[in-house]
Amino acid sequence: MPSEFRLPALGADMDDGTLVEWHVAPGDRVKRGDVVAVVETDKGAIDVEIFLDGIVKQILVSPGTRIPVGAVLALVETDVAAVTATGAGTDTAAPISAPAATPAPAAVVPPIRTDRPRISPAARRRAQELGVDAASLQGTGPGGSVTTADVERAQSTVEPSQRPAPAAVAEGAEKAERSGMRAAIAEAMSRSKREIPHYYLSTTSDVTPAVTWLASHNASVPVAQRLLFAALLVKAVALACRTHKGFSGFYRGGGYEESAAVHVGVAVALRGGGLVAPAIMDTADKTLAAVMEDLRALVTRARAGRLRASELAAPTIILTSLGDAAVDAVFPIIQPPQVAIIGAGAVAERPWVVAGSVVPRQVLTLSLGADHRVTDGRLGAQFLAGIAAKLADPASL
Amino acid sequence: MNREELAGRVLQLLTDIAPDVDAATVIPGIDFRDQFDFDSMDTLNFAIALQRELGVEVPEAEYASLASLDKCVEYLQARLH
Repeated sequence: MPSEFRLPALGADMDDGTLVEWHVAPGDRVKRGDVVAVVETDKGAIDVEIFLDGIVKQILVSPGTRIPVGAVLALVETDVAAVTATGAGTDTAAPISAPAATPAPAAVVPPIRTDRPRISPAARRRAQELGVDAASLQGTGPGGSVTTADVERAQSTVEPSQRPAPAAVAEGAEKAERSGMRAAIAEAMSRSKREIPHYYLSTTSDVTPAVTWLASHNASVPVAQRLLFAALLVKAVALACRTHKGFSGFYRGGGYEESAAVHVGVAVALRGGGLVAPAIMDTADKTLAAVMEDLRALVTRARAGRLRASELAAPTIILTSLGDAAVDAVFPIIQPPQVAIIGAGAVAERPWVVAGSVVPRQVLTLSLGADHRVTDGRLGAQFLAGIAAKLADPASL
Repeated sequence: MNREELAGRVLQLLTDIAPDVDAATVIPGIDFRDQFDFDSMDTLNFAIALQRELGVEVPEAEYASLASLDKCVEYLQARLH
């Protein structure tokens, strides 16, 4: 029997998407983790990976179709031995049409296409404003993504008579795009506030050791290997999740399930508005350098519209850091089905009492929004203290 | 490289690391952060690009010199000559 390949979850706030493109065709061999399709969502185009090994038997959804999460997109023959083995028992061989016509598996591994059009959310808006068909453009941004400059160049070459009536069309399109993402965020956050009994805690601690360690590390390595304070935060949260249960997991079907792996999601603000929170996979197992590398890649891809479905659905807890926005503290809202979220304000120099004397120190306020169905304040306080303790000992990260 | 060429080069590097920024709308005297939410990740990526493309290594303590196009050009002119 062929297996069904379904549109995977795209994160709490997305229920559907529009299939843009297939990267595979019937007869192609696929393996776990291959990007097989691109789906356009309220949060930009998302690469959809397959988590089956086998051979694509039938494509069920054509490009341009709007599909809900969970819809069957294709059928995949996972019993590859039955398809490729010659003279295998016919009772197990699936009724694939003419298996003999299927080329040897090694020869059919589809190369992942890199020439497909990609477009940043900002460039997409610009294209809609200007009435440019972004899909037809050759991008000059990273990985060939279409940039606002590409869109504007294209627009200047289009005859005025060919352009759609600008103002009305553009305004409508921009409004639709922005309201799409806003509606998705609104839906998830409303559901969260409706269903999750949040409790909030915060703690302000002296992070001078981490700041000093970071400055000295960054001064001693090439520019490309410098770390951001956010990388330390991400790692500290991940490590604390290992020892404090009840914060990294999912509340589903009336019960809580702790996740075996810790995937810290990082809230990334998109320029011009909007937010996505892709995950750094297996965060606690990674070195600081690897966490930093992932963080950089996620921020870049989030802003260029190149995230993967698995990254959006994976977070077991989210960190939202508003340090760059120069706020003292964040009171974040949990993204269901998660049960906790950590907020970080800006690191700032403040008067601090050390051994009876007031001294200037670098301090940070961490906050926790957690689900009262799963934990209580005392456990939450220990969890926050655990994160602060990791930051106090940066060498342990 | 004269000032104008340098400014053009900096703008190019800026949009390389932040392709969602529209180069044509950059106002030279206003901080990037206030114009398009330039954050610490952008600043670091910008510093990496300056090192790679212009050979100028900007210490972390001098990131404030990269805050706007005008400040960048002034800082880089001093470093390049």
